[in-house]
Amino acid sequence: MKINGKIFKYGDDVNTDVIFPGKYTYLLMSNEEMAKHALEDLDPDFSEKCSEGDIIIAGKNFGCGSSREQAAIAIRAAGCKAIIAKSFARIFYRNCLNNGLFALTNSKIQEVAEIGNNIDIDLSAGKINTGGMEFDFHPPSKEVFGILEAGGLIPYTKMKLSGG
Amino acid sequence: MSSTIAEKILAKKAGLNEVESGQIVTVEPDVVLSHDNSAAIIGHFKKLEVDRVAIPERMAIILDHVVPAAKESDAINHQIIRNFVREQRIPNFFDVGRGICHQVLPEEGLYGPGSLVLGADSHTTTHGAFGAFAAGIGRSEVAVLWATGKLWLKVPESFKFNLIGKLPKWITPKDLTLTIMGEIRADGAIYKCVEFCGEGLHNMSIAGRMVLSNLSAEMGAKAGICHPDDKTIQWLKSRTDRQFEPVLPDDDAEYEGELTFDLSEVKASIAMPHTVDNFELARNLCDIELNQVLIGTCTNGRIEDLHLAAQVLKGRKISSNLRLLVFPASREIYIEASRDGTLAALAESGATIMNPGCGPCLGAHQGVMAPGEITLSTANRNFKGRMGCNKAEIYLGSPSTAAASAITGHITDPAEFI
Repeated sequence: MKINGKIFKYGDDVNTDVIFPGKYTYLLMSNEEMAKHALEDLDPDFSEKCSEGDIIIAGKNFGCGSSREQAAIAIRAAGCKAIIAKSFARIFYRNCLNNGLFALTNSKIQEVAEIGNNIDIDLSAGKINTGGMEFDFHPPSKEVFGILEAGGLIPYTKMKLSGG
Repeated sequence: MSSTIAEKILAKKAGLNEVESGQIVTVEPDVVLSHDNSAAIIGHFKKLEVDRVAIPERMAIILDHVVPAAKESDAINHQIIRNFVREQRIPNFFDVGRGICHQVLPEEGLYGPGSLVLGADSHTTTHGAFGAFAAGIGRSEVAVLWATGKLWLKVPESFKFNLIGKLPKWITPKDLTLTIMGEIRADGAIYKCVEFCGEGLHNMSIAGRMVLSNLSAEMGAKAGICHPDDKTIQWLKSRTDRQFEPVLPDDDAEYEGELTFDLSEVKASIAMPHTVDNFELARNLCDIELNQVLIGTCTNGRIEDLHLAAQVLKGRKISSNLRLLVFPASREIYIEASRDGTLAALAESGATIMNPGCGPCLGAHQGVMAPGEITLSTANRNFKGRMGCNKAEIYLGSPSTAAASAITGHITDPAEFI
């Protein structure tokens, strides 16, 4: 499994309120509608600029604050397929993978990554390439691979249980 | 390779020889915990279109959050859960009145040192007090565990708290944990497994260790494990015949950091509104007038907490300006405190004795607050709106501070009553 796209870059402590404002959390919304509001209070143009496969690179404690699952869903629905951050708030991290959004902890790539540049992630090989530099990571387990490919934990489990 | 407790337990539950922090593994937990939120989890489970849960004996469902039901909608939730439990033949179901899930689980001896406990409740970390790896997870994840018995986890880095010395009289593990949180802050342990060790820990009762592990969640930790010892084994022996293999870290295991706390230096501590790390000493807050004092919850509703409160309150009356609510954490504790005269002493002082359960901690019922009111609570969260009113304030403290403050009507260092 490979992810290829352009880089969006943000700082530390990006909280779930700026990712998906609380005022929307009790409105019933489709994934497409949620996508329009992704990162609304941090980068209002994100949803428009983001194409399928793009990648966010950020600082520490990404996704802190409320445990709302919509934060991860909105970013994924906008097209973004991976977030690489120095660290993640724990529940947000789980929400990402469980909704088909690859989340990876790495503290070195921030120095090299430049906004708008191309980035390649090879999940099976555990390699990232950007700006002429290569970074290694521990490839996800078979299970997490499956979850990412199926688009989330519930569809993955359903597929598996029905013998798919 | 040398391993931490987290690495050892997760390797075993993933069927691997060894794992390292950062690695993602698929594990099979020993216990999957849920409570009143089981009604919502049943909804997710049905989406998976399977008829039966995979391993009913590994599930534990405890009704504790809104018990007895406060509204028709709560009663319907409970009804949905009871029907599901019957239909799926889930043996470990504990209905209204048995107690708070994080107290009932160890009382029932459902796990021990080296076990893996996952639960749809952020304070599932409590079970680390017995040397288990215990972490909170999401509702859809619990549904998947019901259906398959398996879930992915990331192996966390570990951080060590070395505890030395002994707590002074009236000073409790709650004061210690509020002190630690004031120092490392509410995000100080994000995604980490914190380990508590040292002679200070081994001097501490099991109930005290449960406070440390419970509040680990408020530091952002994934798990908070107390190094198991003879006390752990003896406590569990009275609860179950099951044999457990205590897991301890290798001598040269790698930790991301280590902090040492001297218990003898801890003082009566308070977390002020609206964050758990907003630390202040109780003695500096005597101008805070209280409307309500709450003793109970999964943090501080155990028998030694009630004993401590009764020692301070016995023969005294609470201030006429406030209500004192007492919630024993389980039916066992209720019976013990009833038999040994603790409940009578508390009631004589003016306390209202409530049924085992979470009570007003999450703002659903049994003591919600009015705008402008202030509660001193022995719970673990003081977020805005937590107790049902976003214009009210919550201070967190120990059972002895709560009891002393109930007498004077304002926040009071229990040392005043020695």
